[in-house]
Amino acid sequence: MGTLTSENRSEAMENRIESAKRIAYRFRQNPLSLAGLAIILGLVFIAVFAPYIARHPQDAGYMGEPAVDFANRFAEPSWEHPFGTDQAGRDILSRVIFGTRYSLVLGVFVLTFAIGIGVPVGLVAGYVGGALGTLLMRITDVFLSVPPLVLALAVAVPLQPSLRNAMIAIAIVWWPWYARLVYGEVVSVREEQFVEASRGIGASRIRIMFREILPNVLAPITVKFSLDMGYAILIGAGLGFLGLGAQPPTPEWGTMISEGRVYLPAQWWYSTFPGLAIFIAVLGFNLLGDGLRDVFDVEVK
Amino acid sequence: MGFKSYVLRRILSGIPVFIGLSMLIFFLARVLPGDPARLALGPRASDEAVQSLRDQMGLNDPVVVQYLNYMAGLFQGDMGISLTTNRNVAADLVYFFPATFELITVGMTIAVLFGVPLGIIAGQNKDRFEDNAGRLFAFFGVSMPAFWVAILLQLLFAFYMGWLPATGRIATAPPRITGLMLVDSLIATDFAAFRSALAHLVLPAFTLALAPMADIARMTRSSFIEEFNKDYVHALETSGIPAKLIAYKYVLKSSFAATLTIIALDYGFLIGSAFLIEIVFAWPGMARYGVTAILENDINAIVGVTLVVGLVYIIANMVVDIMYGYFDPRVRYGGDE
Repeated sequence: MGTLTSENRSEAMENRIESAKRIAYRFRQNPLSLAGLAIILGLVFIAVFAPYIARHPQDAGYMGEPAVDFANRFAEPSWEHPFGTDQAGRDILSRVIFGTRYSLVLGVFVLTFAIGIGVPVGLVAGYVGGALGTLLMRITDVFLSVPPLVLALAVAVPLQPSLRNAMIAIAIVWWPWYARLVYGEVVSVREEQFVEASRGIGASRIRIMFREILPNVLAPITVKFSLDMGYAILIGAGLGFLGLGAQPPTPEWGTMISEGRVYLPAQWWYSTFPGLAIFIAVLGFNLLGDGLRDVFDVEVK
Repeated sequence: MGFKSYVLRRILSGIPVFIGLSMLIFFLARVLPGDPARLALGPRASDEAVQSLRDQMGLNDPVVVQYLNYMAGLFQGDMGISLTTNRNVAADLVYFFPATFELITVGMTIAVLFGVPLGIIAGQNKDRFEDNAGRLFAFFGVSMPAFWVAILLQLLFAFYMGWLPATGRIATAPPRITGLMLVDSLIATDFAAFRSALAHLVLPAFTLALAPMADIARMTRSSFIEEFNKDYVHALETSGIPAKLIAYKYVLKSSFAATLTIIALDYGFLIGSAFLIEIVFAWPGMARYGVTAILENDINAIVGVTLVVGLVYIIANMVVDIMYGYFDPRVRYGGDE
């Protein structure tokens, strides 16, 4: 293959821009995906500027331990405390606002780790194949034979309960989903002509895997990433709820729901609002992921 | 290949996955930092006490020996002693599993009974109001944390309205035969107990059903639409067969295979959600036993519960594959995947 002429190159560039434009257009046509994107941008904004948005940042442990104000404990939702206060008189809205940080960090950490392990495993198993490939996929199957929440619970136990260890536990059980996704895609493009051609001119295996095959897998990974952000947040909150995640008084959503459950039904607001936050966050990622799935036209489970 | 040998091969292929799973769980529980004996006895226990418990639990043997001992015991129904109940974990699981089984089975039944019709209605009215409403519902169903929905329903229907019991499984239990309250109360012809069991099931089962209901509706809708656009449907239409008949007699049957997969996959996931739901509703099942074991660092119980969950999951997937092979004979020749 000779070098590309500048004409060829600009043509390829134009094609790429053209297809990006088409994708952006199709994305804009779907109000639900736009709503999802808006929710996620809102969450990121809230997470970044939490100290300025929350009226009582010290109640969420900003710059020190969470404050206590027993005179104000279990205040009903009011103008001053729109989500009410908890057993230590802390403003629940401020705590929910800070909780955004924990959930987003958890999701990003878990998925970065899962993709970092799962993608290379899937690439190697799919492209190199052989005994190594079979072994890798069998290990993957084993991980996939238990619901992620249950396996994450089993992994979280020997580690001491903390937010960091919850993230590690979820990450350990998450990579196989990406390995299987990538494996399936690799097997389907392995024998395509462009891969064949690349092999023919003597490209190395690494180059073929990462430069020729990987780009074809990016769309489904992106879609799965978005859908999984929501799912990882749900599981993280579930671990918090069971007492295996962030420990009180950390304002993590699942942990707060678990704390508030003790005071039902009188203090109904305590568990209700952190749960609403989880719902909205997960909904945002699901809406976006679903929209991306339509735009890229890929099937991901 | 005949159907029988296909079924046999499918069942056999589940065995290595189960063995792999048992290794994974076992080694995770042993290899990760943290000493099960120390965790079980607490930080204040003396070193001698920890050592003697380690000896008793066989923790001083090489991990491989421990694993082989465990597996040898497993085949004789011995899963080690639970540190919280002081009974064999196998006995505990036999005792607690039926409650969870009853809960997730009723939950899945609700999910199918509502999800399939919802999906069909959405599919028949593609892009119209019914379809959009259904889509929104599906998004909500998969986005709400189940344990939060559980709390809200409990607040509303148990605490405020007082229509349904907030926690527990039954008022007075009938004599235990199967461990399934609905079945046992019928065997005892105790209809008050049956009603009570049913009333206790409504909230937790409905909570569990929500997410799979959404999933099933979505899958039914898309496979329904796909099937409806096939040539044979047009052929039926042009020969004057009413649309309703086509929908229910032909399309539904052929599009059901895809829905079946989702049902089985979700059945496995329901056990996962049960871990959270059983806590909220104080449901005396295996998941609650598992959570207690987790909080008490009861390692044998944790390994046992995880294994059973995995086994249910593996069997669910096996059943799907077999049904697939039954509905679509081509699958039987499709090799491994």
